[in-house]
Amino acid sequence: MPAAKTIRVIGHRAINAVWRIGMATRFFFLILLYSGNSFRRFHLIIKELFSTGVMSLIIIVVAGLFVGMVLGLQGYETLKRYGSESALGVMVALGLVRELGPVVAALLFASRAGSAMTAEIGLMKATEQISAMEMMAVNPVARIVAPRFWAGVVSMPLLAALFSAVGVFGGYFVGVVQIGVDEGSFWSQMQAAVDFREDILNGVIKSFVFGMAVTVIALFEGYDAPPTAEGVSGATTRTVVQSSLAILMLDFVLTAMMFGGN
Amino acid sequence: MTFPKGKLIAIMGLSGCGKTTLLRHIGGALKPTSGHIKVDGQILHELDQDGLYAMRRKMGMLFQFGALFTDMSVYDNVAFQMREHTDLPEELIHDLVMMKLNAVGLRGTHDLMPSELSGGMARRVALARTVALDPMLIMYDEPFAGLDPISLTVVGDLIRRLNDALGATSVVVTHDIQESLKIVDYVYFMANGVIEAEGTPDEIRASDREFVHQFVHGEMDGPVPFHYPGGEYRQDLNLRA
Repeated sequence: MPAAKTIRVIGHRAINAVWRIGMATRFFFLILLYSGNSFRRFHLIIKELFSTGVMSLIIIVVAGLFVGMVLGLQGYETLKRYGSESALGVMVALGLVRELGPVVAALLFASRAGSAMTAEIGLMKATEQISAMEMMAVNPVARIVAPRFWAGVVSMPLLAALFSAVGVFGGYFVGVVQIGVDEGSFWSQMQAAVDFREDILNGVIKSFVFGMAVTVIALFEGYDAPPTAEGVSGATTRTVVQSSLAILMLDFVLTAMMFGGN
Repeated sequence: MTFPKGKLIAIMGLSGCGKTTLLRHIGGALKPTSGHIKVDGQILHELDQDGLYAMRRKMGMLFQFGALFTDMSVYDNVAFQMREHTDLPEELIHDLVMMKLNAVGLRGTHDLMPSELSGGMARRVALARTVALDPMLIMYDEPFAGLDPISLTVVGDLIRRLNDALGATSVVVTHDIQESLKIVDYVYFMANGVIEAEGTPDEIRASDREFVHQFVHGEMDGPVPFHYPGGEYRQDLNLRA
């Protein structure tokens, strides 16, 4: 009965997916519950901020520069058709601050820092380091997971802001230095059109939410990974795939809520 | 099973017979479906998380491959529990860590990372970490696995000496019959989750029970068959009768 088997497989996968979402949610609340311990020993968060945030700087800066330069080129080609080249600064800045900065930085963050978190925690589990910690009466969620969560949540908006800032300079370099768009109108129109609350703050909120989503997914996948080489590699892959999808879906929801066509 | 205070007990048996599962029950990582485990007068599965963690502070466990924290130096690994569970000043922690490392002969490795240690050295550092807070119950999960003969003797000797020096109770889960019989006070043999035989090392050596005899002498065939149960051999080779 192939049809019955197919239904059974689909049903099993659906139940498994719901179960995992439930476990991940419970895991998220556990992290919040044990976060007080992390804040009391702030050096743990600082250490994780270095490996999560500082070590992601190069990829964020380089990617931001190139995305900004591409935006400058494409934007100029489009705006030229309407004789609005002077609005290039606005287009680059709004594109980066509202969308590309938070989204692309979060995708890069998921690939670099998220996958590293999953692999590290998965390997700690496989080599019994987490069991050893539990046997020493030290709660691994409080000692290992919560500091990484807060490091991810704090570093994501900062990385997204840096991505946007470097991207604006990339757009400036291509638009003003290379193509010859007027420098005064590039900066002044940008300054006039970009609103702090409407554009910048909304971008920061987006990257904060993305940071939470990516970090929870990465930590949960690592903590839940089967303690084998195959299990850890599978968990790392799932982190990147699920984080990327979560970022794009959340981006739509947040954009609809923030801008919503009004 | 009973583990009297101050004694060093070995639990032996074939792979998959439930030895490590038993250790995990003693450590409170698993809850028994029937029966109970009583440590220091308290039934483990009745304790809440705070009670269990309080109990675990009186226990130490050496994992099969040490389970050292790979992002910390040898020094920080040994100091980990002291920093987590006590308010001792760093100077005192330093002296205690050095004493623990000296006890396992590895004081000179305090600056090294776990990746720079050999398997035997990692096991000894893990032993120093296990006894960092002078536990009353020490559990060893396959402490001799993968060690060269010298490291094996060193680790075996350390297990005996540390148990006697701390006045602790030690439970060693192992396959290594010869090394274990040299150091332990009492042995339990397990098979399929039940106690198959028990006794002092001398009683075990002299035992005429088939299972114990096969295990002690490492014989290929006996109550534990060489062949895993399977179908008809001729049938697997597609031969006709």
